[in-house]
Amino acid sequence: MTTIAPPMPSLSHRASRWFSRNLIRIYATVAFVYLFIPVAYTFAFSFNDAGKSNLVWQGFTLDNWKNPCGAPQVCQAVVNSIEIGLISTIIATILGTMIAFAIGRHRFRGRSSTNLLIFLPMATPEVVLGASLLAMFLNLRINPGFWTIVIAHVMFCISFVVVTVKARIASLDPRLEQAAMDLYANERETFRHVTLPLVMPGIAGAALLAFSLSFDDFIITNFNSGTVSTFPKFVYVSAARGIPAEANVIGSSMFFIALIIVIVGQVVSRQRKKS
Amino acid sequence: MAFLHGATATHSGPKSGLKSRSYTPYLLLAPGLIWLVTFFIIPIFSLASTSTMVRPEGAQIGTYVQELRFQNYVDAFVANQDQYIRSFVYAGIATILALAIAYPLAYMIAFKSGKYRNILLVLVVAPFFTSFLLRTVAWTQILGDEGPIVSTLKLLPFVDDTLRLTATPFAVVSGLTYNFLPFMTLPLYASLERIDPRTLEAAGDLYANGFTTFRKVTVPLSMPGVVAGTLLTFIPAAGDYVNAALLGNPNTKMIGNVIESRFFAVVDYPTAAALSFTLMATILILVTLYIRRSGTDELV
Repeated sequence: MTTIAPPMPSLSHRASRWFSRNLIRIYATVAFVYLFIPVAYTFAFSFNDAGKSNLVWQGFTLDNWKNPCGAPQVCQAVVNSIEIGLISTIIATILGTMIAFAIGRHRFRGRSSTNLLIFLPMATPEVVLGASLLAMFLNLRINPGFWTIVIAHVMFCISFVVVTVKARIASLDPRLEQAAMDLYANERETFRHVTLPLVMPGIAGAALLAFSLSFDDFIITNFNSGTVSTFPKFVYVSAARGIPAEANVIGSSMFFIALIIVIVGQVVSRQRKKS
Repeated sequence: MAFLHGATATHSGPKSGLKSRSYTPYLLLAPGLIWLVTFFIIPIFSLASTSTMVRPEGAQIGTYVQELRFQNYVDAFVANQDQYIRSFVYAGIATILALAIAYPLAYMIAFKSGKYRNILLVLVVAPFFTSFLLRTVAWTQILGDEGPIVSTLKLLPFVDDTLRLTATPFAVVSGLTYNFLPFMTLPLYASLERIDPRTLEAAGDLYANGFTTFRKVTVPLSMPGVVAGTLLTFIPAAGDYVNAALLGNPNTKMIGNVIESRFFAVVDYPTAAALSFTLMATILILVTLYIRRSGTDELV
C-alpha cells in the first residue's frame, strides 16, 4: 500500500498514526498483561517469607520452594488430587473414547439421544451436578468420600473426552483406512495399526484435558467429598485466613509443568508434520 | 466444548467410513452411557425427589420424608429471589465483558499474529494452568484493602480514603469475567480462524472499508464462535459461587452460594434441591431460546 505522506507530518500526528496502526497489538499486550497478573502474583508470593499468613510481602525466601509440604495438610490434599485425577482420567478416557468411536464410526439407533446425553452435563452448571449427585448419595445413605469424588469426576470428564476424540476421528482421512484394507489388512489389524495410532494424539489430548479438569475442579468436589481434602478445597478452606505460601509454590509448579507439557506437545506434533 | 465442535464442524449426515454392524456400537456405548445415566440422569431425578420433601415435626436434622410439597419451590424462590436474579445479572454482565475483551484478542491471534500464532494461543490458555481457586485468591489480594491497586488509587487527591474494591459487586463481576475468559476466547478464535481471508479481500474489492468489512463479513461469519463462547461463559458463571464467596460480601451472594449454604450450613436439602432444579431449568430454557434465536440449531 502506498500512501502519499502529507507535507511535514507533525509529531503528534505521526504518533497517533502509529497508535492507530498498532492499536490491536497494543490492545493484545494489555490483555496478556491482564491475563497474567494473578499468575505473576501467585508466583511472586511463593517466595514470600510469610510465616502463617501470606497476605503482605515480608521478604524474600527460598524456604517455601525447598519444603513445599511445610504447611500442614497441603501435600496430603495434593496427593489426593493427583490420585483422584489419575483414576478419573483413566476411566473417563477409556469410556469416552469408546463412545467417540461408536459415534464417529458406526451408525445406530438412538444417535441423537446419545449426543444429547453427552451434551447435557456440559450445559448444566457445576453446582447442579454436584448438588444432584449429593442428593442421590444422601438418599441412598452413602457417605461421600474419595470414591464419590472419583465417580463425580468421571461423570463430568466423559463428555469432554468424547468431544475431543470425536473431533480427531472426524478429521481423519478415510482413505488411509481404505488403503490398509486394500493391502489385505483385516478390520482388526486396520484398527490397531492405522486407526488407533492416528487417533492417539486426540486421546492423549483428551486425557490431559480430563486430568486438568479433575485436578482443578472445586464445586462438584466440594459437594461430594465429605471430609476428604483436595488441593482446590484446601485453598478454599484456608482462603479466609490467607493461604500458606506453600500453596503458591504448588500452584506455580503446576503452571510450569503444564506449560512444559503443552510446549513439548507442540514441538512433537510440528516435527511429526515435517517428517 | 461441544458448542465449539458443533459450531465449527458443520458437516453431518452419513459418511463413507460409517459401518452399520448390528451390536458393536452398543457395546462401545454401554459402559460410558450407563455411567452417565447412573451418575447424571438418576441424580437429577433424585434432586427432583428431594426438592418436594418435608422434615417431619421433631425429626432429627437432615431427615426428610417425601410429601410432594411443591410449595417448596415457591418458598425457595420467594426467599431467595434477590440472589437468583443477581446470579443472572452478574453472569450476563461478565459474559458481555468477556466478549468485549476476548473478541479483539481472538481477532488479533487469528489474523495478525503470523508465525507467533501457536505461542499466543498457548499464552491465552497458560494462566489457567494455575488453579482456579488460587487465581481467585490472588485477585482478592491484588484488589484487597492493602493491595497495590487500592493503595495507589488512594494516593490520588480525589479518591476517598474509604475506597474498597473487594467485597463489592465490581470485584465479583471482575472475578467471573477473568475466570471464564478462555471459554470465550477459544471458540471465538476457532470460528475466526476458519474465515477464508479471500472473503475479506472480496469485501475490499467491492469497496467496503475496513470497518464495513468487519461489520458485514467478519462478525456474521464468527457468530458460531460468539454463540458458543457466550454459552460456555454464561452457564458456569451463573452457577458459580467461588467468586461471590471470595470476592464479594453478604449482599453480593449468588444462587450458588445459597445452594451451598442450604446444603452444608443449614442442612435444608429440599430448599437447596428446589433452587438447583430451578437454576438448571432456567438455564436450559435460556440456552434453548438463545440457540433458536441465533439460528445455529446444529450446536446441539
